[in-house]
Amino acid sequence: MSFKSAVITFPGSNCDRDALCYLQDLTKSVVYSIWHEEASLPQVDLVILPGGFSFGDYLRSGAMASKSKIINDVIKHANDGRYLFGICNGFQILTEIGLLEGALIQNKNLKFLGKNCFIKKKFKNNFNLSIKEDQALQIPVAHNEGNFYCDNETLKSLKNNEQIAFEYCKGEFSNSEENINGSIEAIAGITNKKKNILGMMPHPERAYSDFHQSQDGKLIIESLIS
Amino acid sequence: MRIKILIRLKSQILEPQGKVIEQALNNLGFNEFNNIRQGKLIELDLPDNLSKEEKGQKIDSACKKLLVNDIIEEYEVLG
Repeated sequence: MSFKSAVITFPGSNCDRDALCYLQDLTKSVVYSIWHEEASLPQVDLVILPGGFSFGDYLRSGAMASKSKIINDVIKHANDGRYLFGICNGFQILTEIGLLEGALIQNKNLKFLGKNCFIKKKFKNNFNLSIKEDQALQIPVAHNEGNFYCDNETLKSLKNNEQIAFEYCKGEFSNSEENINGSIEAIAGITNKKKNILGMMPHPERAYSDFHQSQDGKLIIESLIS
Repeated sequence: MRIKILIRLKSQILEPQGKVIEQALNNLGFNEFNNIRQGKLIELDLPDNLSKEEKGQKIDSACKKLLVNDIIEEYEVLG
């Protein structure tokens, strides 16, 4: 089976190349690189909105990118039930589009966090099928606005619909924290109700190759293609 | 006509920058300055010939579509 994918690049994206290599290495199939001003997406199984600082994070992180020309087709792609995956700034863009609930606000301690962290899966979905219950994945984060916020009603519905995909957890490092950025209930990643869209702050595309410290990021793409 | 839109985080949302500013002011001896929160101000020109209603509609629509994220923010048009 050939699993085709695409990565969208916005001005200020800086993990698009990493995402491209991540997909090429793990899917061994066609990966399109798409500029945000293009009007249409090719037919693919998965689209990644990569990390970075699209449009310089002007106004709010992800706000300007969420109005880009390509986004209409990204929404269509997701409405067709195909996979859409936002990593870091990509997660922020998905909340700004309204495809995912909640918002990402400034980290509680005001620090830009660039380090390894640990996450585990909360509710099962197609993005985390290959991950065991209580398996702590070591995946780096690099963000200033990763503090997930939503109101109580939304939180309740995220739980009832089993939309919380990942939460931060303690790991093998002695200084690893349970909740690195102040997110409500330590949420690191959520899906939509249909569970074909995932947004997460940690960067699995920085944890897959032999030259990375961890290869745990492989598990997400392996879940999708298995 | 010059329009000013004041955007701030809703009161229940943590605003860490305000807290740090407050701490710095307190350190400088401004001990009476409490509950500081930082927001943003957007200024723009709209043509004078628009009616008050038209202006209000255009500003609300722009805020809803782009300028404000109503999950975390609220806005006020200053006179």
